[in-house]
Amino acid sequence: MITKRIIPCLDVKDGRVVKGVNFLGLADVSSPTKLAKFYSDNGADELVFYDITASAEGRALFTDILCEVASTIFIPLTVGGGINSVDDFDRVLKCGADKVSVNSGAIRNPDLINAAAQKYGDQCVVLSVDAKRVDGSYHVFAKGGREDTGMDAIEWIKRGQSMGAGEIVLNSIDTDGVKNGFDLEMLGAVCEIATVPVIASGGAGNIDHFTELFKALPKVDAGLAASIFHFGEVDIKDLKKELHSQGIIVRL
Amino acid sequence: MTAIVDYGVGNLFSLKSSFSYIGEEAVVTNDPERIRNADRVILPGVGAFGDAAKKLFDSGLAQLLIDLAKEGKPILGICLGMQLLFEKSFEYGEHKGLGLIKGNIMPISDRVSSEYKIPHIGWNALKFTGKKSPLFKYINEGDCVYFVHSYYGADCDESLIAAAEYGFDVTAAVSSGNVCGTQFHPEKSGEVGMKILKAFCEM
Repeated sequence: MITKRIIPCLDVKDGRVVKGVNFLGLADVSSPTKLAKFYSDNGADELVFYDITASAEGRALFTDILCEVASTIFIPLTVGGGINSVDDFDRVLKCGADKVSVNSGAIRNPDLINAAAQKYGDQCVVLSVDAKRVDGSYHVFAKGGREDTGMDAIEWIKRGQSMGAGEIVLNSIDTDGVKNGFDLEMLGAVCEIATVPVIASGGAGNIDHFTELFKALPKVDAGLAASIFHFGEVDIKDLKKELHSQGIIVRL
Repeated sequence: MTAIVDYGVGNLFSLKSSFSYIGEEAVVTNDPERIRNADRVILPGVGAFGDAAKKLFDSGLAQLLIDLAKEGKPILGICLGMQLLFEKSFEYGEHKGLGLIKGNIMPISDRVSSEYKIPHIGWNALKFTGKKSPLFKYINEGDCVYFVHSYYGADCDESLIAAAEYGFDVTAAVSSGNVCGTQFHPEKSGEVGMKILKAFCEM
């Protein structure tokens, strides 16, 4: 059977990995290449790199780093951040990325999902959604979680799937950085309508939160987290051993 | 030296890098002479079967690969590259393949209920079938490899060397004489994948 995936996420700015709490107050952590190698050696099933630089120099530095990572690490790499056009897909795929994650770029121009899926295949297009509870429903937020688009997250995910998104990353802004567990309620609502793999993001604080996630929501395919891995609070090897002992199928 | 056939389908960065990683010389090329002179050939590929097959046949590379297969040159097809080794594909119509492996390429959705998501994407464990292939000499049954595909190799019983469970036994790898193929991506399958490429270089 297909295994549940554990995915560390590396936010990269000016060539370094950073991670915020509720998207604010970024703190420098470590070298992207070293962290990537460390994770790969310790059982990460996939890596996500988010480019959070805005400048052209930052962007060039990011693609250099991506090439360096892809030359030494042979697990799937997903890249996100600043993806606004099919040319942006091309730029990161040439550096060894396997999948490209779209967020604000697809909100501004939903046809990007369509165009990229036609050119590179559905499996290449990941729709990343930052969602938050507003007036009893889930709203999609843009610009790194700062701007309420007013769009309903469930409807947006349905539309994204129909346009060719091959995977959904759901990041709950309500639980992100709080370390109290994944947003099972929001994820459950997404799993009900998802026809493609769902990656849970936001809220993991310890090993039990992953066990809880996969037991409560068998349709979730992967768990994604950042700081708890970067700061060594959760060791991926220990996490996968525990999942295995709980009867959850993982790659050991 | 290994020739990685470049026929304009997909990105070969990781494949090329993985050969450097295992210390084997590899060249990405569409030059028939370089492919002919290589010790072994890799046929990569992502995307749709029809387009890729057309590119291979139109460029003459298809005939070259068929000739080299007959001459005994080791050939490894990866992902869509494996599917292209088959006789026919039924992905959006009916398309002719290289015919080096007996069987057809069919949709996974024909075989599984809707609870199985398509594409079959992620890490899945290998189940060896029959005698252990030399391709797997450095790995063990149960080792996980990385898959991304919506179609699979059907009716290839004689050539099947490994399968993966996804509602049914999905063809994971095939081999017929000097021609072999993996549905999964060794270049994205970590150390297990590197060991498979290493074993191919020793065939």
